[in-house]
Amino acid sequence: MTNMKRRTFLKGSLAVGALGVAIGTGLVTPRVVLAAWPKDAFKATTVNDALKSLLGSSALMGSSKVKLKAPDIAENGAVVPVSVTASIDGVDSITILAEKNLNPLAASFKLGPGTEPYISTRIKMGKTSSVIAVVKAGGKLYSTGKQVKVTIGGCGG
Amino acid sequence: MHISRREFLQLLAIAAASGFDLAAAEPGLAATGTHPKGPSRYYELPPFGNVSILHFTDAHAQLNPVYFREPNINLGVASMRGRVPHIVGKHLLQRYGIRPGSREAYAFTYLDFAEAARRFGKVGGFAHLATLIKWIRAQRPGALLLDGGDTWQGSATALWTQGQDMVDAQLLLGVDVMTPHWEMTYGAKRVKEIIDKDFKGKIDFVAQNVLDNEWEEPVFPAYVIRELNGVPTAVIGQAFPYTPIANPRYMIPDWSFGIRDDRMQQMVDEVRGKGAQVVVVLSHNGMDVDLKMATRVQGIDAIMGGHTHDAVPKPILVSNGGGKTLVTNAGSNGKFLGVLDLDVRGGKVRGHRYRLLPVFSNLLPPDPQMQAHIEQVRKPFAHKLDETLATTDTLLYRRGNFNGTFDQLICDALMDVMGAQISLSPGFRWGVSVLPGSPITFDDVMTQTAITYPTVTLNNYTGAQIKNILEDVADNLFNKDPYYQQGGDMVRVGGLRYSIDPSADIGHRISDMELDGEPLAPNKAYAVAGWASVSRPLEGRPVWDVVAEYLRSRKVIDHIDLNVPRLKNVKDNPGYEPV
Repeated sequence: MTNMKRRTFLKGSLAVGALGVAIGTGLVTPRVVLAAWPKDAFKATTVNDALKSLLGSSALMGSSKVKLKAPDIAENGAVVPVSVTASIDGVDSITILAEKNLNPLAASFKLGPGTEPYISTRIKMGKTSSVIAVVKAGGKLYSTGKQVKVTIGGCGG
Repeated sequence: MHISRREFLQLLAIAAASGFDLAAAEPGLAATGTHPKGPSRYYELPPFGNVSILHFTDAHAQLNPVYFREPNINLGVASMRGRVPHIVGKHLLQRYGIRPGSREAYAFTYLDFAEAARRFGKVGGFAHLATLIKWIRAQRPGALLLDGGDTWQGSATALWTQGQDMVDAQLLLGVDVMTPHWEMTYGAKRVKEIIDKDFKGKIDFVAQNVLDNEWEEPVFPAYVIRELNGVPTAVIGQAFPYTPIANPRYMIPDWSFGIRDDRMQQMVDEVRGKGAQVVVVLSHNGMDVDLKMATRVQGIDAIMGGHTHDAVPKPILVSNGGGKTLVTNAGSNGKFLGVLDLDVRGGKVRGHRYRLLPVFSNLLPPDPQMQAHIEQVRKPFAHKLDETLATTDTLLYRRGNFNGTFDQLICDALMDVMGAQISLSPGFRWGVSVLPGSPITFDDVMTQTAITYPTVTLNNYTGAQIKNILEDVADNLFNKDPYYQQGGDMVRVGGLRYSIDPSADIGHRISDMELDGEPLAPNKAYAVAGWASVSRPLEGRPVWDVVAEYLRSRKVIDHIDLNVPRLKNVKDNPGYEPV
């Protein structure tokens, strides 16, 4: 499992606002292809505007088929580990947003045909916020969210 | 032994009246008096079942016996309101059928603390704990001893020996398995060194929820499986999930923590798959988090917990899809030993008995070997430790959701010595109590302050920034969802008065902030002294120096003006008994 993760893990996603396109899994070496930079989507200041600009719609359907893994409390707001998987066929893209960030769109991954819908990345969060994962498949947007707390720290124990 | 037959019989009568099933234990018990060289018969617990697990936690390096006052404010909010462990004082006595004025009332509550402390004496002490553990183990061959962490930190000698005095004490005590929290504040290298050298082949250091930052691979073994009287028993470790947030992340930069209850489930399934008939989680989550985790993870027989320092006399049975899980919490500062006896037959736990035994130092002769170790550890530092800095006419204590009197002393010292208008001191739950009419020694001050990041700071914060800090810490304590809590108590505040509504949401709990009778201005800067900053290593004066200077100049602490905030929406909350 661990080795599998290593092969499919994409380090190209370290920076905030990275846009990666992952092609292939398993034995195929992943390649990162930079698409045209969707400037407006990353500059949008609301979740709805970012989604409309990037995916053409902000009509989200809550779905238990999308699994989002993120900490309850961030250890470091500058690098919050987030991973998303989806048990949906024909996934075109996986997008991550942090609602309360000045610019909510944090990362988006376009997946080629036959790609396992699994992404793992680090996002930056300015303050406590809902983190939203949006999976696009068959022209529909499936989503789930989770509260991630960003705290000053200290004083425990 | 220090107890006569007559006293012992009285004790038994008290114990029976208080609802502790001592006499239910063994026929003829009351007629037998004390053992010539062993502990008081108070500690005669008839064995039960075939698997026994002993548990202590959060000893905070208190090698010698101490006084430790339990809280009079320990509020539960939302679903935890009025639920164990958020009941204090009289409510707690009533809930567990403990007689007021009894030994157990002294151990489990703050009630009449100074008077009860004089009557029943100190608690804990590793030499006394060692005697008790040997005694209980003699009655239960093959019993396992678990240490829930926060063992290496909390005293001057622990700090000055980088935890070595406590590591050696753990080895003498016969600890089998441990999981960490404050241990991490000595840094990753020191933790690894102790595990690789001192603990090797002796103590299993387990933590399923610590993974490396890069590849999310386990840093420590998640569990250990030991055969106890022929029964394969798994102990899964759960380190304090928020160590890199509550304590300096720079001490352990490559390790990531978190609750990770999904991985916990995987580990439970894994050990069951390997044939474990008993699964125990040794947890430093804190009790509210343990109670929630017990509803979400299936297949755990018992979660033996710590961190929140709750002395809970009986386990809480939590139902989940897969069955039932016992959740315990075993207090702090060496004051208690948890004894869990399980009857395991046909590969399953059929029954249990649990007792949280208070460690009454004067009912337990010190173990000579441990006593010699403690004396040897303290000897080189004795001159410094024994310095009387001042005397106190009033009871000094820390534990509770808001300022304790010892915290108030620290806050007063910070303002006085640093020339600050406001002071902030962390809401730690460790730190011993000092009785009225006693000297305050340097050793006592170190029980409140001995950490590896003790530097005092003086900052200018605006009123708005100060409110933000208070709101942030209050949410770590009173968030409605236990998974978003960090344990610890509210930050202690000097100078500034405020109101708090624990049941409100973040940003709305704190109000009525005033300084010297004037409302705090959001945009005005105030001089704020503090210590224990977690952001980066700092050069400067350690807090114990500042407190010692203040105490030497005061000589006598005749009374303390306790700055407890005005509390809103706490009426009839059984976690609140104003004194």
